[in-house]
Amino acid sequence: MPEGLRRVVITGAGTVNALGRDVPETLAAMAEGRCGIGDLDIEDADRLSVRIGGQVKGWVPENLFDAKALAFYDRVTQFALVAAREAVAQAGLNFAGDLGLRSGVVMGSAGGGVGTWNDSFRAVYAMGKNRVHPFVVPRLMNNAAASHIAMEFGLMGPAFSVSTACASSNHAMGLAFQMVRSGAAPVMLTGGAEAMLCFGGIKAWEGLRVMSRDGCRPFCASRNGMVQGEGAGVFVLEDYDHARARGADILAEVSGFAMTSDAGDIVMPSMQGAARAITGALQDAGFDPATVAYVNAHGTGTAANDRTETAAIRAAFGAAAEGVALSSTKAMHGHCIGGTGAVELLACLMALRDGIVAPTIGYQRPDPECDLDVVPNTAREMRVDRALSNAFAFGGLNAVLALQRI
Amino acid sequence: MSLTVSEQIIAILAREAVLDPHEVRPEMTIEDLGLDSLGLVETIFAIEETFDISVPFNANDPAQGDFDISSVGAIVAAVERLIAARGAALA
Repeated sequence: MPEGLRRVVITGAGTVNALGRDVPETLAAMAEGRCGIGDLDIEDADRLSVRIGGQVKGWVPENLFDAKALAFYDRVTQFALVAAREAVAQAGLNFAGDLGLRSGVVMGSAGGGVGTWNDSFRAVYAMGKNRVHPFVVPRLMNNAAASHIAMEFGLMGPAFSVSTACASSNHAMGLAFQMVRSGAAPVMLTGGAEAMLCFGGIKAWEGLRVMSRDGCRPFCASRNGMVQGEGAGVFVLEDYDHARARGADILAEVSGFAMTSDAGDIVMPSMQGAARAITGALQDAGFDPATVAYVNAHGTGTAANDRTETAAIRAAFGAAAEGVALSSTKAMHGHCIGGTGAVELLACLMALRDGIVAPTIGYQRPDPECDLDVVPNTAREMRVDRALSNAFAFGGLNAVLALQRI
Repeated sequence: MSLTVSEQIIAILAREAVLDPHEVRPEMTIEDLGLDSLGLVETIFAIEETFDISVPFNANDPAQGDFDISSVGAIVAAVERLIAARGAALA
């Protein structure tokens, strides 16, 4: 590691997603191979052609936030705040004083407050109203979640949001990692959140004709598209020396990160772009591919992603690709879009800490173009010392994180 | 004089493929027309809007499903069936 760079560790994790309201519940579901995808319970669902999703059911924000604050929280901010609370509680950090002045937050989200856009457009267009709630703008802005996390915990250093479609979380976490590694901040809260499961959000996705009506089956020959999810994942990234000095429980080390751009097609993925990001993350971490036991795949269940990702892993890993366990947890929680990398990083933590690799559920039969070990249907107990987490976004933006056990 | 279904579909395909309608022949495939996956998705959308029908089409596997896109002629026939089915449903 070059002079002056710090080691970066994860000391807290939090989530809300279709599998659970916190990390223990989510990891239990992932280990069980439970599917959180089901019928969508949203307004006007009968006018949708895609009616399934990984929805957070029974969410009652009034039970989680006081009414005055809730007026400013889109669903995406609510998810982010609940996840951040869990992560900070686990880390056991108090940001009073100098620590809060130097610490910050980077959150990823593709759409920001999509539900707020949806509801205010419904009010003015469908319902013919001539005014919307005065807080529509602060609710829907993409940085709302990052700002509310900063406000809740007193994080007064670098704070911003990142929006790179399906790679938003990985870009956010990668930047937070780089800031802690460089010494720019001792602690960064980071991850991503998304809440697009509303009529307008799903209608937009229906248009692309890439959604499955019957389930997400990554790497399976019968796959027929992605299924949307929602939720958030937030992690506390901390300078290793800082974490050690205070005796924190370290969940894993973040060892490397790389991002690339295909500069090619606006939606079709590039094998070379993905492979360069994977290779870059391995090199940044100093990992020999043969030492990486698990890759959390982007694995969307679309025809294009899964075969391109398989080829990219083969290109980046070479012969070591045969020995790696690859799984996509999207079959369980759905594609949480800008929050997905953060929810999926939990599968890496489970692999590194508990020695359990989450399965790719819904797997029916092999696709010769997706011929890696995809841990079909049932979780696997195995020692994992090093892991990668892939995210490849529309727009040709690729972001890969490298982690290791500590 | 109003255009036939076939003429309207050929006009849509020609626009998407940046061809003159006279260059679009019934035996041509999507590949012959030079349409990529997004061009095909836009074509399907234009067909749905023009004829007020819903086309069963999944970009993950364009060859599968009930909507035959193997050639221009096949698309015309499939759209005519969907228009007839819609008429029957309304009758």
